[in-house]
Amino acid sequence: MTTTVETGKSAVSHSSPGAAAPGPRRTGRLRRGSLPYLLLLPALALELLVHLVPMVIGITMSFKELTQFYLRDWGAAPWSGIGNYRVSVDFDAPVGRALLHSFLVTCGFTVLSVGLCWLIGTAAAICMQDAFRGRGLLRALFLVPYALPVYAAVITWVFMFQHDNGLVNHVLHDQLHLTGKPSFWLIGDNSFVALLVVSVWKGWPFAFLIVMAGLQTIPRELYEAAALDGAGVWQQIRRITLPSLRSVNQVLVLVLFLWTFNDFNTPYVMFGKAAPEAADLISVHIYQASFVTWNFGTGSAMSVLLLLFLLVVTGVYLALTSRGRRAADA
Amino acid sequence: MRSTRAAAVGAATLSLALAVSACGGGTSTGGGSDASPKTLTYWASNQGASIAVDKQVLQPELEKFQRQTGIKVKLEVVPWSDLLNRILTAATSGQGPDVLNIGNTWSASLQATGALLPWDAKNFARIGGKDRFAASALASTGAPGKDPAAVPLYSMAYALYYNKKIFADAGLTRPPATWAELVADGRKIRQRGKQALGAEGSNPSENIHHVFVLAKQHGADFFTPDGRPDFTNDGAVAAVKQYVDLMAKDKVVPPGNAEYAQNQSVSDFAKGRTAMLLWQSAAANLKSQGMKESDYGVAPVPVQSGSPGTGTQVNSMAAGINIAVFKNTHNLDGATRFVKFMTGDAEQKILNKAYSSIPPVTSAQSDPAFAAPATAVLRDTLARSAAALPQVVDESQFETAVGTAVKELFADAAAGRAVTTASVKARLQKAQQQMPAK
Repeated sequence: MTTTVETGKSAVSHSSPGAAAPGPRRTGRLRRGSLPYLLLLPALALELLVHLVPMVIGITMSFKELTQFYLRDWGAAPWSGIGNYRVSVDFDAPVGRALLHSFLVTCGFTVLSVGLCWLIGTAAAICMQDAFRGRGLLRALFLVPYALPVYAAVITWVFMFQHDNGLVNHVLHDQLHLTGKPSFWLIGDNSFVALLVVSVWKGWPFAFLIVMAGLQTIPRELYEAAALDGAGVWQQIRRITLPSLRSVNQVLVLVLFLWTFNDFNTPYVMFGKAAPEAADLISVHIYQASFVTWNFGTGSAMSVLLLLFLLVVTGVYLALTSRGRRAADA
Repeated sequence: MRSTRAAAVGAATLSLALAVSACGGGTSTGGGSDASPKTLTYWASNQGASIAVDKQVLQPELEKFQRQTGIKVKLEVVPWSDLLNRILTAATSGQGPDVLNIGNTWSASLQATGALLPWDAKNFARIGGKDRFAASALASTGAPGKDPAAVPLYSMAYALYYNKKIFADAGLTRPPATWAELVADGRKIRQRGKQALGAEGSNPSENIHHVFVLAKQHGADFFTPDGRPDFTNDGAVAAVKQYVDLMAKDKVVPPGNAEYAQNQSVSDFAKGRTAMLLWQSAAANLKSQGMKESDYGVAPVPVQSGSPGTGTQVNSMAAGINIAVFKNTHNLDGATRFVKFMTGDAEQKILNKAYSSIPPVTSAQSDPAFAAPATAVLRDTLARSAAALPQVVDESQFETAVGTAVKELFADAAAGRAVTTASVKARLQKAQQQMPAK
């Protein structure tokens, strides 16, 4: 740490050779010059500690055969090369096949959840654009799911989804008679629907919030001019609102995608350690692969693969959307 | 100027401190020492109706220990959902408690991690010898042929709890002794509009405990004698099918129980909704939910035919809690003395009474409290017809893999899909493929 301070000091002194100030004043300026870097140091150290070190350890673990036999002294676990990765992506074997299944379920789930979150959030934001009585109240109300603690919110949903005395079955079956018999929501195939409902319920207020902020930047005159030209509401939305929201949507969809794809809390609180096949999201699957089989090497390898996948998707997405935007701007 | 310099010094110091503390973690990988002889940390499992109840039960005893030895014990009651992960983390980091409770079925798995102190003859001598403990309890303390990884603390067994009033209303005079009788009685109870039998269909561990016993009754095991998984043998398949059929074919378990995982079946029984419950040492739990002891009877878990015994007449797993010493303890001597205290006759009587379990220490079993009819059933089951779950290193993986397979079969049954020998076998096949490669 001291070395960095010294280097910083000398670098600054060399970079200002033209300064003819006497000694004391010069060092004072130097100190001030290096101070910002010094003040950044704690943040940098923390960033290393909190983010990078665990990541490096995780990546290291993925190359080791870290099973229960080496837990106590995991430095001594033998290196397995790319063995863990080979197991993870061998789709003819059970482990790889299960991972692939989980990956596909997660992809489907993410597309649906992000799509619905965006659709509902944008629709609500556009409806809330014009002032009317009670708009503030509604806006606040819409944000409640986003503000609630995840665990408390999801456990409430679990109660509502219960087969015997849950609210959902009470409404759908007992009152509306939509189903022939009470459905199971927390086990079996319906669990996918239940998970999707909770995820959208939890995620759309964020989309609503961001789109609402984006709408504030669109000048009112555009709409007025369009109305004068005879454009209806749909045309205004299609030709003015959506194109103006393009950059907002670019970030919004990316963030929603990353959050949803990685979401651990919702499925874990809903289904516990053994998620039903239909709702076997990848984050819980990886957790299971490491903590249930006590094979932390394979679990880490799967995590690294997930990280790579998300990096690639993010990179391609940003490249495509940015190019599209540049073309549109030009 | 001065403030600038102060800020610079502060920032540099903070960064340095962070860097140093980052390197400081995980250095204690020693094999136990007596560095801090006056304190101990104890992780207790959640045995009572709640964590608060456990603290009330244990704290006075820990104070007693402090008066006797001068060692202060810091207690933490860890919920079951966290306990295994906490132990794994402690094993990895080397930072953990001095003494801890483990589920006795985890003994062999945790033994393999090398995180627990082996109880060789010398260590056993310090707590009064191996002979103090019942053989059935000692069978669940680690892999056969190795020094035990833990010492038995509380023993529990499964029993059939039945609601006396519902039985009387249905014209039943005694509890069922065989599965066929249970199914027949269940039908009569259902005709009176009550639910017959409760189950925790989404709790992998509960599922395992039942299918393990049923497999024994079919003369089968889930592991070969040399410790390889063998989930798809005919006996194992028949056992799993028989258990799921209680819902699928015999209809004595209501479909809603397929999603139970938080002891809802115990609440159902305590509230008089269900007539029967297969549970381990449920008395304290039922009492805390407001059910009077006179309202229910306790009988041995049914067998296929005849009466409970050994071999195919087994009707319970040898359930229980073991107490273990963490190998990295800073107070080895104190930890051993604490284990001696907890397994002493006096404490065994107090604690097992509080948790309605049976003392694994034979000399403590003679207390009249354990001869009351309800407890006597558990005691006799443990002594005569309980078997230890497989003591293999992959036990916890087995619990999850097969327990989840049974959960999925229950989900099939609840959704009205057929549960056949072929579908059971397919699920078990998949579970077996998930086991670590040998």
